[in-house]
Amino acid sequence: MILPLELDNISFEAGGARLIKDITCRFESGPRTVIIGPNGAGKSLFLRLCHGLIQPSQGKVSWHGGAAAEAGRYQAMVFQRPVMLRRSVAANVDYALKLQHIPRRERAETIDQVLHQTGLRRLADQPARVLSIGEQQKLALARAWALKPQVLFLDEPTASLDPAASHGVEEIIDAIHAAGTRIIMTTHDLGQARRLADEVIFINRGRVLEKAPAEPFFAAPENDLAQAFLRGELLWWSRGRDNRKGEQSENGEA
Amino acid sequence: MTDFGDAFAAAFALLVSLDADLTGIVALSLRVSLTAVAIAALIGLPAGAALALFRFPGRTGAVVALNALMGLPPVVVGLIVYLMLSRAGPLGVFGLLFTPAAMIIAQVLLVTPIIAALARQVIEDLWVEYEEQMRSLGAGPGRAVPALLWDGRFTLVTAVLAGFGRASAEVGAVMIVGGNIDHVTRVMTTSIALEVSKGNLALALGLGIILLALSATINAGAFVIQEITKRRHA
Amino acid sequence: MFIRHVATAIVALFLTVTAAQAGDEKYITLVGTTSTDNSGLYDKLLPLFTAKTGIKVRVVSVGTGRAIRLARNGDADVLLVHHRPSEDKFVADGHGVKRHDVMYNDFIIVGPKEDPAGIRVLKDVGAALAQIANAESLFVSRGDDSGTHKKELSLWQVAGVDVSKASGTWYRETGSGMGATLNTANAMPAYTMSDRGTWLKFQNKSALTLLTEGDPHLFNPYGVILVNPARHPHVKAEMGQAFIEWITSPEAQTVINAYRISGRQAFFASAAKNGS
Repeated sequence: MILPLELDNISFEAGGARLIKDITCRFESGPRTVIIGPNGAGKSLFLRLCHGLIQPSQGKVSWHGGAAAEAGRYQAMVFQRPVMLRRSVAANVDYALKLQHIPRRERAETIDQVLHQTGLRRLADQPARVLSIGEQQKLALARAWALKPQVLFLDEPTASLDPAASHGVEEIIDAIHAAGTRIIMTTHDLGQARRLADEVIFINRGRVLEKAPAEPFFAAPENDLAQAFLRGELLWWSRGRDNRKGEQSENGEA
Repeated sequence: MTDFGDAFAAAFALLVSLDADLTGIVALSLRVSLTAVAIAALIGLPAGAALALFRFPGRTGAVVALNALMGLPPVVVGLIVYLMLSRAGPLGVFGLLFTPAAMIIAQVLLVTPIIAALARQVIEDLWVEYEEQMRSLGAGPGRAVPALLWDGRFTLVTAVLAGFGRASAEVGAVMIVGGNIDHVTRVMTTSIALEVSKGNLALALGLGIILLALSATINAGAFVIQEITKRRHA
Repeated sequence: MFIRHVATAIVALFLTVTAAQAGDEKYITLVGTTSTDNSGLYDKLLPLFTAKTGIKVRVVSVGTGRAIRLARNGDADVLLVHHRPSEDKFVADGHGVKRHDVMYNDFIIVGPKEDPAGIRVLKDVGAALAQIANAESLFVSRGDDSGTHKKELSLWQVAGVDVSKASGTWYRETGSGMGATLNTANAMPAYTMSDRGTWLKFQNKSALTLLTEGDPHLFNPYGVILVNPARHPHVKAEMGQAFIEWITSPEAQTVINAYRISGRQAFFASAAKNGS
């Protein structure tokens, strides 16, 4: 078991700017966490720091108190644009399983299972790249699911999809969660957040401003920037908007 | 213009009669160049991929140098290989001079930079697209190389064909290290050079036409194979 | 891991390919001049040696300068060239065992059919060359440090002309073999000096004709030398010596004399009867 995931005073700097600032946070097993915030707030960076694709400039990311060896093996991530190899649908899933040295018979069974569960079985021998982007994203989920991850990170998984495909993807995410995987995802679609979240994290300008269970949050967030965000304001950061005390205006933020 | 007409006539006559000398020369040319390209690909593809994926001090210099080596003059390579393989040189004991092996060595040196430099570019571009997802799946640069090479295969095949073009067309290197010995190290390009030096221009041109036809056939074959596999896997 | 597989694949590939030609063939490497090879004499002569002894002769044809350098490095077993001073130096320096006469022919001056410098009437090659220089008619030189080239330079000395000053004007140095030089001369058209064997066999000479021959200065002797096994232990001394003995034998010498190009005798056998 690799959870809980603990972030201890994480900061991340690049190009002379602090993009993630002093985040301390803990993820236990169970709920589906949805991370929201304006564009450029640092949601995607945050996700990548959790998953280990980027190393923090300061602070520590630890799994199961640091005792989880090879925590990467039990995580998976799906990106906004699916990345498929130039081979068949089934072969793409197979590749991920081969990387984990899973024996052939087990791979074949798993592939069949996840393709069935994501509705892609009839496309198994098609070249992955001729699929529509919605189908490719489902394939990305199938590939991730095949690894039986304990934690699944998703970075704006439906941002490039039409509503029908988005719906299909959300159903799959539900199914993966029901099967026992911890879901941590970002989205800029508030409707999606309302549909999927058990727990909400609001990030703005690199800081976690609020973390709360979904219902109370959407009913009435405590943080006033979160309130503004829910009202549809604060869609992107612009300079000079913030003169609140306790908030330093920093330049160079994207 | 009579020379061109004579050239086509000469080429035709040679082909139709399946001239024994010609078939021997063609066979040797293919053997030398195809072997050299195969070895160059075995070295160049992983080397180019490694250069694309790994960071180390002096990397930029290595990339620039590799690109520059694509323009190595064949006669210079021939000279260097001669100095290495000559009895008076460091590798003389192997007695490789004036054999097809020496010609293969020289052509490997010519072709490897082409394949490696092009592979580096292809893999670098692919890695930009694939890196995050591959790392997420547990494949760092080292483990990703085979998958990247396979995914870039269409462009890489073109790179290999470019290498073959270079090898089969050059005369400077094989002349020096092979010696153009009849029935031993005489290939298409050195034959053409020989006929020119004898003033047999029509025959030389005819051989040139045959060489072009050979190259065109190989490229056409590669193209057809690519198209077929594209339909299957894209 | 990966690198290991790649490396073994390369070695395996290379070995299979080259093993195919490693063979049990008996052969010697003869390095000689392009003029002899291009004349077609070897095609007539060498198969007879192979038939008699089972030894194949692999001929590497380059200019005299390069031939001697190859032999000095030990990259050949037998040297057959046509520049006496260089041959003598080769033996004197210990790289060759002994020089034997094989055959001779001659050099000729060829030039444009219209003969702009009017040398056709002259029998004396020195006078002919001096006239070309005076008329500043185009002359193409091999300029490649070959036996032919060295001979040509010595003839200019006889004519009393310093050609180094004229290089790039009427005197053009191609830096290449006899064939390429003849191609150039034919295209300009220009005068040039050639050996008779190459000239007779050459196909691309429609604009040229033979103008000067017979002057004793144009004598062109060929010598054969075994590369010294004391200096280069790997040299196939026995087989090489067998070749030298054969090519200076009456059997081979008769073939040399009988060789015709366009009905004309191209080479004159000159090996001493007692083989010196």
